[in-house]
Amino acid sequence: MSIEVGGFLPVNLLTGFLGSGKTTLLKRILADAAFADTAVLINEFGEIGLDHDLVESVEGEMVLLRSGCVCCTVRDDLATALEELYSRRERGLLPPFRRVIIESTGLADPFPVLSTIKADPVLRHHFCAGNVITTVDAVNGLRQLDTYIESNRQAAVADRLIVTKTDLEADRSEEDLQARLRVLNPDAPILIAADPDLDLSSLVAAQSNVSTSSLSQSGFYCEEPVQLVSSDGTPHQAAISSISLIIDRSVDWTAFGLWLTMLLNRHGERVLRVKGILNLSGEERPVAIHGVQHLVHTPVHMDGWPSEDRNSRLVFILDGLDGALLKRSFEAFTLAQAPAVSYPIAAAR
Amino acid sequence: MCSLCGVLGGDEHWTDAAARPGVFTRNHASFDRRRERVERVRAANEMLSGFGLVLSDWQGASFVLSTRTGRSEIIEDLGHLWPAAERLVGRPCDPLDVAFIARMEARHVD
Repeated sequence: MSIEVGGFLPVNLLTGFLGSGKTTLLKRILADAAFADTAVLINEFGEIGLDHDLVESVEGEMVLLRSGCVCCTVRDDLATALEELYSRRERGLLPPFRRVIIESTGLADPFPVLSTIKADPVLRHHFCAGNVITTVDAVNGLRQLDTYIESNRQAAVADRLIVTKTDLEADRSEEDLQARLRVLNPDAPILIAADPDLDLSSLVAAQSNVSTSSLSQSGFYCEEPVQLVSSDGTPHQAAISSISLIIDRSVDWTAFGLWLTMLLNRHGERVLRVKGILNLSGEERPVAIHGVQHLVHTPVHMDGWPSEDRNSRLVFILDGLDGALLKRSFEAFTLAQAPAVSYPIAAAR
Repeated sequence: MCSLCGVLGGDEHWTDAAARPGVFTRNHASFDRRRERVERVRAANEMLSGFGLVLSDWQGASFVLSTRTGRSEIIEDLGHLWPAAERLVGRPCDPLDVAFIARMEARHVD
């Protein structure tokens, strides 16, 4: 007997600082036919001005849009909202949407949304974490990154960064902003909202997992160390930093798992991201790791190494943690499990 | 963590997702699976010894984490190990604690 198991529905999170253009972007998404099979959960219908697009009121706080999107307001309980969406889909009361987009509030930490999906005993069987899409305002973004830790955290956890309001900003600040974002989150593609060729569907395309990004030219694995600086060139005041570990020998999976679960249990809120590619003992193919705060996605077994380089590479984006201490801890805990006497680690800094 | 959930298998933890023998073998290759669990217990106990805790396999389905005085918790996977350890010892299990790191470094030198 075979049982057909349906795919998980990815839940994408649209976040960004207050006034950074989330609603404007969401309006475009809701009007785009490419998103017809999307259910969108937003905080308030009123903010987004759906009236002219509204085709049919399904019931209560749900509407069907002309584009085919299902739109729904997020109430107090995100888990309940998602369960109800799924229940209605299964009962044929809603079109069979293939993905969900949640618009978060401007100061929201993306992690609770991701963890809700992972931790809820019902949701985790039907939904999976999709992309975190973060809007950054080209006019005010640099100042916000200098001033607000929330802005840094939102950019750091993004799978897609989308720079808005570039049409209002003619000087070099857009370049500076992109440079800052690249430092803060070396792996996420940076898209420009005003780009006429922008393919919106790329925002929710399959996870920008390390399996693909490792092949990119962006240098995700940070051969170079990262130093955050403010727009005036001085070292950044925010505590967010990133550290790159390059390990020139194979890693024991069990030791690594114990160490990382221990680290995330105690400091998960401060490990904004961990990404990397591991050369595991006894395995030919590399394994890619991708985690956001307490949540570690299922490791990806890559088809092969992206280059001749067989070193394990890990990048941590840290909020207020001592990168040098983390490096020492990684070495000590992995050393404890390793049979060899030498264990050279060449961290970028 | 509910011990019943542990017995029934529950949700797989990310640390289960390695391609080596014994990890993805829920229904066959029981020898590999046993060996993998023994290795996990051994590796975990190296770290847990600093806290006076011992991890042991329980029926090949869950793990039992115990203090020296016999207080114990059943856990399902490594994802539940450290919260349970902190509950049992009543203090943080911090891999960035300098003294703890020094202990781990010293063990390797030996």
